[in-house]
Parts: sequence; C-alpha cells; structure tokens
Amino acid sequence: MTTTDVPAAPDRRARTPGGATERRPRRRREGAAWVFLSPWVLGATVLTLLPMAVSLYLSFTDYNLFDPPRWVGLRNYTQMFTEDPRYWRSVRTTLLYVALAVPLQLALALLVALALKSVKRGKGFYRSAFYAPSLLGASMSIALVWRAVFNDGGTVDNLLGTGGWVNRPGWSLLAVALLTVWQFGAPMVIFLAGLQQIPPELYEAAAVDGAGKWRQFVSVTLPMLSPVLFFNLVLQTIQAFQVFTPAFAVSAGKGGPADSTLVYTLYLYDRGFVASHMGYASAMAWVLLLAIGAVTAVLFRTSRSWVFYASEGDR
Amino acid sequence: MTSLTVARKPVRWRRVALHAGCLAALLVMLYPLAWLLATSLKPADEVIASLNLLPSRLEWSNYSTALEGVNDVSVWRLLGNSLLIAGGAVLGNVLSCSLAAYAFARLRFRLRGPLFAFMIATIMLPHHAVLIPQYIVFNQLGLVNTYWPLILPKFLATEAFFVFLIVQFMRGLPRELEEAARIDGCGPFRSFFSVVLPLTRPALITTAIFTFIWTWNDFFTQLIYLFDPDKFTLTLALRSFVDASSTSAFGPMFAMSVIALLPIVLFFLAFQRFLVEGMASSGLKG
Repeated sequence: MTTTDVPAAPDRRARTPGGATERRPRRRREGAAWVFLSPWVLGATVLTLLPMAVSLYLSFTDYNLFDPPRWVGLRNYTQMFTEDPRYWRSVRTTLLYVALAVPLQLALALLVALALKSVKRGKGFYRSAFYAPSLLGASMSIALVWRAVFNDGGTVDNLLGTGGWVNRPGWSLLAVALLTVWQFGAPMVIFLAGLQQIPPELYEAAAVDGAGKWRQFVSVTLPMLSPVLFFNLVLQTIQAFQVFTPAFAVSAGKGGPADSTLVYTLYLYDRGFVASHMGYASAMAWVLLLAIGAVTAVLFRTSRSWVFYASEGDR
Repeated sequence: MTSLTVARKPVRWRRVALHAGCLAALLVMLYPLAWLLATSLKPADEVIASLNLLPSRLEWSNYSTALEGVNDVSVWRLLGNSLLIAGGAVLGNVLSCSLAAYAFARLRFRLRGPLFAFMIATIMLPHHAVLIPQYIVFNQLGLVNTYWPLILPKFLATEAFFVFLIVQFMRGLPRELEEAARIDGCGPFRSFFSVVLPLTRPALITTAIFTFIWTWNDFFTQLIYLFDPDKFTLTLALRSFVDASSTSAFGPMFAMSVIALLPIVLFFLAFQRFLVEGMASSGLKG
C-alpha cells in the first residue's frame, strides 16, 4: 500500500494545475446533479421510504389517530388471518376479480389489436376511439353509469331479464370486472405498437415454409409479442389488485351485497378510515405490498420460460 | 383475368367484414357514453322505466338543477376546486419529474445505478403501503381538509412513472447540443433550462395531460383528505349526490356527471395523438 502511495505523491503534485481545473467542475457537476435530484430525494425519503417504515411499525400497534400507538405485537396479523372472516372474503373477492378482469381485458385487447393491425383506412380513428374508455373509465361519472346500467330496471336487466347484477351477490363482481374490461384500450394500444414492430420478413419466411395464418400467429406473432404481453400482464395485474373506485361506486362504499364487491382496498379503507383502526389497516397494507411483490416475482420467474427476447436469440 | 378477380373479391369482403366488426365493437364500447348523455337529458319518469335510449323530450332543466350543485355548493365552485387541484398537480409533476429525469438521464453522480433502480421499483409500489403514515403526517401538520396533501407530493416527484417517461425521452435526444452549450460556457442549469427542456416538450406535454386526467379522476385520495362540502371536487360531489338523492334526481345527477367528464373529453379530443403515442411507447421501451 505504502509503496504505491509514495511514488504517486510527486506525480499528483506535478499534475496539480491541470488536475484542479479538471476536477473542480466535475465536483460541481456532481453537486448540480443533487440539486436536480433534491425534490425527488426529499419525496422518496419523506413520502415513500419513511412512511413504509412507519407503516410497518404501526402494523404491530393499536392506533386510532388520537391516542398514542400501543404495541400489540403480531395481534393485528393473527386477528386478520384467523379471526376475521370479512378479511378472507375481501381476499377472495380480490383474487376472483383479478382472475376475471385481467385475462378478459388482455384477451380483448389482443384481439382488437390484431384486427386493427390489418385495417388500413381509419386505423388512427379506431385506435383513439377504443382508447378513450381507458381515460374516462376511472371517473366517478362512468362508475355511476355502470351502477345504473347494471341495476334493477337498467339496460342489462331489461335486455337479459337477469335482474340488476349489482344487487345479486353472484353477479355484482362481474359488473365491476366488466368496467375494467371496458378499459382495454390502453393495453390494446401497446399491443398494436408491438405488432407493428414485428419485421414483415418473418411472416414472409413463415409463409414460404408453408405456415398458415394460425401457424404464423402461434410461431411468429406470439413469441415476438411475448415481451409486450408480459409488460401488459404485470402492469394490469398490479393495478387490478388495487382496484377501488368502481367497487366503491357500485356498492355505495359498502362492498355489498353480502360483501361480494368488498375488494381488498375497500376493506382497508373501511378498517382504517371508517373504523379508525390504523394499525390493522397498516398490517393489511403490508400484506398487500408483499402479496403484489410475490405475484410480480412469480410472473417474472415464469416469464423465463415463455417470454422471448429477440436480441437474446441473436446472440 | 378471372382468377385475379376471384382472388381479389374475398380480400375486399374481408376488409368490409373487418370494418363492420370494428364498428360493431365500437358501438358496444360507446354505449355507456351514449347512455350517459341521453339520461342526462331525460325527464325523471323515463330514466329507469323506459328501454328507449332516446328521451321523449329534452329535459334541459336537469342541467340547470345540476348547476345549482350539491350541499349548497355551486357547480362552478366544485369545478374551480377540481381545476385548482389538477392544475397544481400538473405544475408539480412537470417541474419535479423533469428535474429528476435530467439528473438520471444526463448527469453523473454517486449511487446513480441503485437510485435509478429504486426509482423504477417505486413505480410498482402500491399507493396503500405509504397512505396511512402520509395521512398521519398531514394530520399532525393540520393539513387534512386542505389541498396540500393532494398537491404537495407532486412537487416532490412521487409519481415515478413520469420520471421514467421523461428519462426515456431525454436519452433519445442528441448530446451534441448540450456539449455545444457547455463549450459556450453553459453550466448544467443553463443547459437544462435553455437546451434540454425545450426539446423535451413532447414528453412534458404527455406528462401534463396524463397528470391532469388522473388527478381529475382520482377519488380515493380526495375521499380521505377532504371533508368540507365547499372544498369538494366534482368527483366527491357526485358521490355525495348518490348518497343524498333518490332515483328521482337521476337526471340532474347524470347531467353533473356529464359536466365532470367534459374536461377529460375535451383534453382527449385535443391531445389524443400525444396520449395514444405516449401510452404506446411506454410498453416498448419499458
């Protein structure tokens, strides 16, 4: 260590004039970077990291916003998992909702993207028109329309004679899921952009080899589109786990009938902000965080066997 | 010759069938919007009982009733509140996200790699994990029932999705312009504000529009932070409309829904290119 240090010393001294002018701006640029980053750093620590830590702490306490938090150990978690049937109903409702909404939405998005790919005239119009619900669908206005259309005497009741879905425990969640499916435009636009990036030569080569339309879809389109499909799947799944507004609007904030639309976040809202059990709600939030993390990890794991990256294949 | 016309015919038929299919799907898709518009103009007795989409006569009084507002707060006030929050959010996001994005895209600093990875990870983070402590902090500061909790976080680049969007865009800009600016003696701040920011305008517009629409539609945050009816936004007012009124007020309620939806529709019509392109590119580069 010392042997390398000794000959280095005169060398550094010799370079001082040039080195100083070169080094000072670099340090200033590093400083400048932190100035640019400062709002984000403040937000990430004060509004993200710190709250996550606090919420982990609160999940081991009993806290009602007015009295100081009281340490209760794992009781929130044991109560949640063993003594609270509504909690399990909210878990089941959410899983059912994700399983209904995400595959239906993505299948429809892919189907429409495939149809639009071969449309020549009016493609821009269709694309925008199908995309519009993705922007409008998150609004309270549309959620209220949904509640009326799927209510007793609403359009669906009149057409199918099933009665209003929002009042029937077996059907109400389907009405909520259909509102998500209706917003298939966002993943569709991403699919369409992905489809347009597939080189046409691949289809020509497949056609020369005698592949029919279906074979081309299975052997060219699907593998080439798999990264985009994976992106949409991860994004929509994460979002679906956090659904709130439509379930709230359809059930007037109650999650009914018979807890059939009591999605996880609605129950979290009920425990935390209606019943003022902030500790319990924090525990619920952490379980949600871990669950979403686990599901994402599993999706990434399985992706290795079905997502095909073209650049990887070249190597 | 004959073989050519035979070969061509199915192609044309397929094109017609394709358009017919797309248009039919479009009609189903747009039905809820048509229903909303029609119902907002229906007389009270036709809202539920009638299967007819079109009203027998146009009941414009639904709109004058809606303009009176809810809980003695006029629609203009509610509209102003919504605009204030959405406008503040737009300003905050555009400013703070572009600053952070420039550092990530162009400047060198220690921990750049890990911090960038962390920033990406927060895109996936469910809002609920930080919600309760944030609420407690704003509650301690006496800021619950004000607009601060809704606007302030946007000035601290908490919506990492937009940081990422702008980083991706900035990485595509040619470096030569900034280097030229540096040779001319511009520091990082000058070159950010005078060179990079103007070039980033498309990404900033996308950020602004999405922020506006998402904030406008947001319900959960407004629900937990705002209590006073005169601080309500259109979204919150619509919700209390549901609780307060029977089906006889359906017409005015949906008239108000149309008013609440109008800014988004206008934004969409004006900026649809930016929105659709912005969405499309998020999947490919990501």
